[in-house]
Amino acid sequence: MDSLLNKNRPPVFCPGCAHDRVTQALDKGFHLLDMAGNQIAIVSDIGCSGLFDTFFNTHALHGLHGRALTYAAGIKLAKPELNVVVTMGDGGQGIGGAHLLAACRRNLNMTLLVLNNFNFGMTGGQFSATTPADAQVGSGFLNRLERPLDICGVARSAGAVYVRRCSSYQKDLAEEIAKAVAFEGFAVLDIWGICPGRYTRANKLSPKDIAAALKQLPPETGEVPENRRQEYGVHYRKTAKNLKPVAPPATIEKQFEPPQPGRHEVLLLGNAGQRIITAGEILCLAGMTAGLYATQKNEYNITVLRGPSISEMLLSEERIDYTGIGIPDVVIALSQEGVERRTSLLARLDKKTLVLKAPGVNLPPSAAEEFYLDFKSRGIKPQDWALSALATLAKQNRIISNGMLRGALTTRFRGDILTAVLRLLNQITAQ
Amino acid sequence: MGMSLIEGNEAVAYGALAAGCRFFAGYPITPATTILNTMLSLLPPAGGICLQGEDEIASIGYCLGASMTGMKAMTATSGPGISLYSEHISFAIGSEIPIVIVNVQRLGPSTGSATRGADGDINFMRWGSSSGLPVIVLAPVDVGDCYSLTMQAFNLAETYRCPVFLASNKEIGMTRESIDLAAVEQPPVFNRTMATDSEHFLPFQIKNGQSVPYFLPIGDNVPVRQTSSTHGIDGYITTNTDEIASFQQRLYDKLQTTVDRYSYHEIGGQDASTLLITYGVTAQAAKTAVRVCNRLGAPVSLLVLKTLWPVPESLIRRTAREAKRVVVLEMNLGQYVNEIRRILPGKTIDFYGQMDGRLITPGQIEEVITRG
Repeated sequence: MDSLLNKNRPPVFCPGCAHDRVTQALDKGFHLLDMAGNQIAIVSDIGCSGLFDTFFNTHALHGLHGRALTYAAGIKLAKPELNVVVTMGDGGQGIGGAHLLAACRRNLNMTLLVLNNFNFGMTGGQFSATTPADAQVGSGFLNRLERPLDICGVARSAGAVYVRRCSSYQKDLAEEIAKAVAFEGFAVLDIWGICPGRYTRANKLSPKDIAAALKQLPPETGEVPENRRQEYGVHYRKTAKNLKPVAPPATIEKQFEPPQPGRHEVLLLGNAGQRIITAGEILCLAGMTAGLYATQKNEYNITVLRGPSISEMLLSEERIDYTGIGIPDVVIALSQEGVERRTSLLARLDKKTLVLKAPGVNLPPSAAEEFYLDFKSRGIKPQDWALSALATLAKQNRIISNGMLRGALTTRFRGDILTAVLRLLNQITAQ
Repeated sequence: MGMSLIEGNEAVAYGALAAGCRFFAGYPITPATTILNTMLSLLPPAGGICLQGEDEIASIGYCLGASMTGMKAMTATSGPGISLYSEHISFAIGSEIPIVIVNVQRLGPSTGSATRGADGDINFMRWGSSSGLPVIVLAPVDVGDCYSLTMQAFNLAETYRCPVFLASNKEIGMTRESIDLAAVEQPPVFNRTMATDSEHFLPFQIKNGQSVPYFLPIGDNVPVRQTSSTHGIDGYITTNTDEIASFQQRLYDKLQTTVDRYSYHEIGGQDASTLLITYGVTAQAAKTAVRVCNRLGAPVSLLVLKTLWPVPESLIRRTAREAKRVVVLEMNLGQYVNEIRRILPGKTIDFYGQMDGRLITPGQIEEVITRG
């Protein structure tokens, strides 16, 4: 296979730039793997490393600083057969740190080349996440106060399956790149190099120094045995293959006539754990068995196991446009916390409203008709009170009938749960 | 006729699937999370991909990568996430990457109130990119719209190769409604136009009469380039100011001059000297209020805008021609009303807004109508 370098767009790096070496080594690496340009996508971001995609006759996507790994993951998941190579600098590595961690944890079969030259070359040599504390760079004293990041250490601890630290000047860099690209999994190469335009103007750093510094560090040998695992895309597709397609939303046909014509508003006030939202849904489904339009709005605390839980339902023979609640026809008050969220509304209730009230729940005085629910003495658990209140409504043939409620329950539940809820319905309506 | 009980967010997901969406990435955020949940149950068994990103920036980044391989992609979030999407919205605009972005709006500013609705991002969606170049914003009124406008959003994203927003609201996204999904309008599905001459493919080439370049996916037989930088027709950086100028003008014109083709709307009420203009969840209350007023003999007409950006100027001018008084209703402190004032000089434009997490009620609107 010929060189994949774009003859019309030769590299434009500063004389002596390490990126030039990596460009040549990457081309040679592709050659070693016998890859054609249309089998490769080079994904880059901002900075001098972001020029890479223009030098190759391959698929290319150049995007925003630090985000290259995100585009690359989208491409790789959509086109698993593509060889995806990401180039980033130490700058992009810093700004896109969360994406590096996520990529290491995920383990998609891609290669990340970090072109690590210890500073932001393009914007004036400011310090990056890898700038040594004793370097003289374009950020004044700031880099002296921070500790440089070991990209390999971070990648390994985040779960990368292949991690290697290289010099831009080592003779076998092309082979190293080829090994990383051929590796089945997320491979990170931290490639150290010199930025003559900025960094080495004030700092002494030679290829020899880099080789010596790399020797001082514990070696990164490539595959990380403790992180070895399935490639994400393979794993994803294998898992997804066994998932059953989701059935479309259940549909309900009109089977009953509603007990009262018109539009009805129901407010359900309770606590977390009282299955308020489910009861609201059941009421809507019950209405739909009589051909009524239905809407439901819910309100609950972010601490889902504690605090008030409120559901507002509308049932109407006519299309419902406005889904907000006005003065409800029925209020089911099962907890004081729920009531306290609606005190101003409850004080305005008129005599057309029926309030079904659990013991110990106090409502502000109003003209509403009150009906006491005493489920406790009948051995009904608090989590069944909301459904029992609906059964009470059905027994009174108010808004919903027994048949409508039964229809809703058989739509919503199956098996043992259905048996249990129907038993509860019978218990309430029989009395 | 079978009715289902689903919320707006679920309808968005079903609409996306029907439109051919096979890639979704999002980050959990109330009140948009149930879109992620539903896409996760729908897409993988359908051969698609659903990802939970490490953050919002990544989520939309995944979508842009996938969209460049030819997949139809969608992401969903709320105001705080739209803020983080901004750099990638600019990328999608400038590099003509089709994507659908669902914004289930909640009360801001900032983290604001996660479970309270608002339409506070109407101008933000239009202007929250670094170019000022147009985007398309569609605004559903109810669960049915969430389904059909999501389909339209994909069609527009594919046709015009641009980001298309669905400006939903907590009060639509998380409200369940009974709906006959089979009876909801199902627009025909459009796909982006592929280049046929792949040998000579240039990613941003525009031939006579075209305003949108033909597409080839990354991964095609010929290498395909994409870049966020100011580019020429070959997808490489350009410094040619004539080329830059015509590129910017084309991105502007391809949406600004075509909005008449996708000015989705509803007109209601009676011919009257008072015209209400609104959008989104407030349109639910406005429809009820207009019905009540008309029944009581107070004539009023209603224009519900479902395409907000680009501004459907000819639709608005045409509909308001006979109106003496125009009332703009918004679930914010006045955003779109400025467009109406710009388009209808010389008319009395009243504004009624509210931003406290509560819906504007039909009663409030009736009062505004009769007060005039």
